[in-house]
Amino acid sequence: MNTASNTKSYSKGPKGAQMILHIFFIAFSLACILPVLLIVAISLTNEKALTLQGYKFWPDKIDLSAYQYLFNHSETLAKAYGVSLTVTITGTLLAVLLIALYAYPLYRRDFPFKKAFNFYLLITMLFSGGLVPFYLLYVNFLNLKDSLIALILPGLSNAFYIFIARTFFQQTVPEEMIESGKLDGASEWRIFFQLVLPISLPVLATIALFTTLMYWNDWFNSMLFINNTDLYSLQYVMIQMIRQAEFFKNQLAGSGVALLVQESVPTESLRMAMVIVSIGPILFIYPFFQKYFTKGLTIGAIKG
Amino acid sequence: MANSSTVEAVARKPLPQQQSRLKRLLRNIVKYRVLLLMLLPTSIVFFINCYIPMFGLFIAFKNINYVDGIMGSPWAGFDNFRFLFATSDALRVTVNTVAYNVVFIISGLILSVSLAIAINEVTSRLASRVYQTVMIMPNFLSMVVVSFIVYAFLHPEYGFLVKHILPLFGYSSVNAYMHPNAWPYILWLTKMWHSIGIGSVIYLAAITGISEELYEAAVMDGASKWQQITRITLPLLTPIMVILTILNLGGIFRSDFGLFYHVTLDSGALRSTTDVIDTYVYRGLIQLNDLGMSSAANFYQSVIGFFLVIGANSLARKLNRDTALF
Repeated sequence: MNTASNTKSYSKGPKGAQMILHIFFIAFSLACILPVLLIVAISLTNEKALTLQGYKFWPDKIDLSAYQYLFNHSETLAKAYGVSLTVTITGTLLAVLLIALYAYPLYRRDFPFKKAFNFYLLITMLFSGGLVPFYLLYVNFLNLKDSLIALILPGLSNAFYIFIARTFFQQTVPEEMIESGKLDGASEWRIFFQLVLPISLPVLATIALFTTLMYWNDWFNSMLFINNTDLYSLQYVMIQMIRQAEFFKNQLAGSGVALLVQESVPTESLRMAMVIVSIGPILFIYPFFQKYFTKGLTIGAIKG
Repeated sequence: MANSSTVEAVARKPLPQQQSRLKRLLRNIVKYRVLLLMLLPTSIVFFINCYIPMFGLFIAFKNINYVDGIMGSPWAGFDNFRFLFATSDALRVTVNTVAYNVVFIISGLILSVSLAIAINEVTSRLASRVYQTVMIMPNFLSMVVVSFIVYAFLHPEYGFLVKHILPLFGYSSVNAYMHPNAWPYILWLTKMWHSIGIGSVIYLAAITGISEELYEAAVMDGASKWQQITRITLPLLTPIMVILTILNLGGIFRSDFGLFYHVTLDSGALRSTTDVIDTYVYRGLIQLNDLGMSSAANFYQSVIGFFLVIGANSLARKLNRDTALF
């Protein structure tokens, strides 16, 4: 990400201009970060303080009871984490493998069916059957309701990443290398796995990270296909929490029970704590993203 | 003898050629069997996820009942469409979808490009990197998380805006989830917060690719910063701006479902300004079980979406051959 490196000749502006730029970007960065910090603050605030003072950026006294509650009653959380992790890891590995497997023949100049398979992909980018047929296919014909496959399979078809991978192969894998591999008697599989994939790690990593994020953040397929509470993903549990707590409150509003319930279960802070717990892993892989990010985006910008 | 053999050869000519074409195809299939095998699994996945649903669009023309099943149900002709367009829903969701998208596309483009140009002017490498890191962070959060963030600001009793900011202006306790007119602004702000940072990094990557010599030459000729931006940076960014805008235009009949469904908490009171085709189709399918209406809206969305992509692409091709997608 050395994007500011072309400053040697790109004449520096006056100091004042730089100051204004910095002030602007600091403000902008705060605008990006503060909303998330608000969630953190709420999750750390005492439930009573929340109901009295509302949501604030700075808790008067840090209270970890929401997190305690979360980890003590963590069965739901643990299950949801398990589902999200399983789906994300399996999905990402499969997706990267499938993308590379499809992109490689498209890159081979001597492959005579290149055009046909390119076209096969292009069509999927242009036209889609939409939600209704997709849903009916998964539920009525493939019988995938309440199955983890329904959470993984939809994410596996991504034509855009295939074109990105192909473009990367074209730019970095020399044709002669394939030739020499063949002369040395290596099989196609061996050439693919031992020559092409290792030197394509940057693009594979980029795609893997994007795919990880996509699977981790996916709630749509859970919403469509999952009824069994054991198979709820983290995102779906959060959806349930934001909707049900509201319902829960409305049911109890006005009755004396409300106060009682609020005291025993830190509903408000608990919900926000759940959000923080679900963001955690993303922040963990974030530095890796950074490294490959610009590269991946630049490759993507090149016409496929 | 020689004469007759040439005649024969001429007469037979088409046949061997056809044969050899078939032969060549077979030979190629055998020769490249491993590569074909590599293509197989992904092809199957695409067939399941993309191609079969395309053929499923016929459901819009069926009168589905659960006794006969999808295949066995009677044909309905255009009845589903007639019902859909007879309601005011069709117009409302279409207008909402297109209007939101047009605003998002235009403002997103302007804001991301300006932001990219601005950050390219930051001379400190470290600062620039920190800003970029922070700017793209919102994009990594799922729309469910974003819905919690918006909720934290707008919660009718405890929300930060509601409790601490609005009282400063003399308002008290506003339940935003009951006021549809506020939502175009809220959704716009949410969408921009979520997406312009990452958008600007894409443009920044393109700016970085611009040859320094161009700027050097411009500086020699005495070009001001503003002239450098308008004469060099912007024109060179145009191709990627066009490509991304085309991609977006093609999707003008689709929307960010999470934004319109979760961030609004699917509040019924807000539908007049927040319902889009995607949420309409979803509700019809999952909540109301109204397959006829839902699949008609789905068909409408898919078919118009297709023509939009084709149209936008041919427009781009006309402007400049190299900027078209295909």
